[in-house]
Amino acid sequence: MKLPRLKQGKRLSTGEYIYNFFATISGLTIFNIEFFKQVFVPPYEISEIKKHMDELGVKTFGIVSVTGFIIGLVLAMQSQPVLARFGASDFLPGMVALSVVRELGPVITALIFAGRVSSGIGAELGSMRVTEQIDAMEVSAVNPFKYLVVTRIIATTMILPVLTIYVIIIALLGGYLAVIIVESMNFEYYRIAVINSVEFGDFIPGVAKTFVFGYIVGIVGSYKGFTAEGGTEGVGKASTTSVVVSSLLILIFDMILVKISLWLWPTLG
Amino acid sequence: MADSRVVVIKNLSKRFDTLSVLENISLEVTRGENLIVFGRSGQGKSVLLKCIIGLMTLDSGEIFINGQNIGKLKINELNQVRKNIGFLFQSSALYDSMTVYENLSFPLKRHFPDMTLNEINDKVKYTLELVSLEEAINKMPAELSGGMKKRIGLARSIITDPELMLYDEPTTGLDPITTKEISELILSLQKKLNMTSIVVTHDLICAEIIADRAIFLKDAKIAYEGDIKQLTESNDSFLKNFFSHEILDIPNESQKV
Repeated sequence: MKLPRLKQGKRLSTGEYIYNFFATISGLTIFNIEFFKQVFVPPYEISEIKKHMDELGVKTFGIVSVTGFIIGLVLAMQSQPVLARFGASDFLPGMVALSVVRELGPVITALIFAGRVSSGIGAELGSMRVTEQIDAMEVSAVNPFKYLVVTRIIATTMILPVLTIYVIIIALLGGYLAVIIVESMNFEYYRIAVINSVEFGDFIPGVAKTFVFGYIVGIVGSYKGFTAEGGTEGVGKASTTSVVVSSLLILIFDMILVKISLWLWPTLG
Repeated sequence: MADSRVVVIKNLSKRFDTLSVLENISLEVTRGENLIVFGRSGQGKSVLLKCIIGLMTLDSGEIFINGQNIGKLKINELNQVRKNIGFLFQSSALYDSMTVYENLSFPLKRHFPDMTLNEINDKVKYTLELVSLEEAINKMPAELSGGMKKRIGLARSIITDPELMLYDEPTTGLDPITTKEISELILSLQKKLNMTSIVVTHDLICAEIIADRAIFLKDAKIAYEGDIKQLTESNDSFLKNFFSHEILDIPNESQKV
């Protein structure tokens, strides 16, 4: 696998920025192809995948819990006065549920995941690259792409949907807290209103797209870390650009996947 | 009759953009020999090692290890060749998320799936004994000193009993006493395990202890070749200048292991 080298330097010209943009796209494409070439070939490194899933889950559990709860709470508090103005306060649980399940839950979780995990993978692999640990693995006849990259991408792809479902539940609880603060509504009524407003067709596309987001987080972090160069500065750059690129790609792919899900399930629209 | 040449390099050239680092290098290393590669910084010594192990591709030329042209091997075949080669990095390159035990058992678990856990534990303990660091078994690399890291790096490189060892500046950054200890350790391991070694260095203490033969890289070519005494006692002004800044304390023959 031969990856294009990015132009380095404190001050790059416009031409060099453009070159780096296309070099990154082509590098990511090569990385994707390599991933699919290697993912089905043994050894499958199951224990490494489990270890990464465990670490990633623990690493992000706290922050997504707080964020999910606040999102649900704030969404309900902000929406309530608007709905009340139109005499539609009864729709509040449904509105919160649909917003969280379809869009906010998956996207916010993915963006937090990108910030926490993609940067971590970029920094970890980048540090391994500049301290020759990846080379050491290669010369000891272990495939570093398989051992370090493929396992992390599988782990991020598998763990993000689980975190998203968890965030959706937490956000709905946050929404309930806001509802009982601003209106008197018992939990049973809220629960039934949420369940009645969310259909299977709302839930599946929302969670399904997080597999893609998880894959993006894994592949971008791994690519940036794997290709890091230039000592500690290179590691820092790998870490920050991992977050920027993966967040941007998450939003772009969200737009594309929403369009696709509306095409597949026209009733969502 | 078996070929005694472990490494054969023919007309190797390597350049980075416009900078030629190695030009038409031809070299042979025979079984059990310790070859020292001298040269100033940036003269392509490490590049030479990385080309030998297949970490870098050649622009032209060929490298044979035990008769196999490594440039023509597929990755799986190259990995089979690499299993017989140990590589000690300048930075030691220990896996910093693993303990010393995990660093050493890692190549064993990958390459010898039939080994039992007890056998792996025994091998790790034995190898740590060889480098006199049994007590470091549960430490993380961050807890080790520079000299200890080199020893553990060395232990990890030899744990699979390689036939050929490549050392990239094994004593850089170490004090003269530790340098001497590491160099003697390298020599004693080489004798015990009957390995062939290529050692890149600009450290004369290390070279004096280890070398059977030495080459000097200059301007991308092998400028001088011979035994270590020939190089250090040469009347060539460049060599005189290079070694006069390096000589500290050259051990005599009786100090060799």
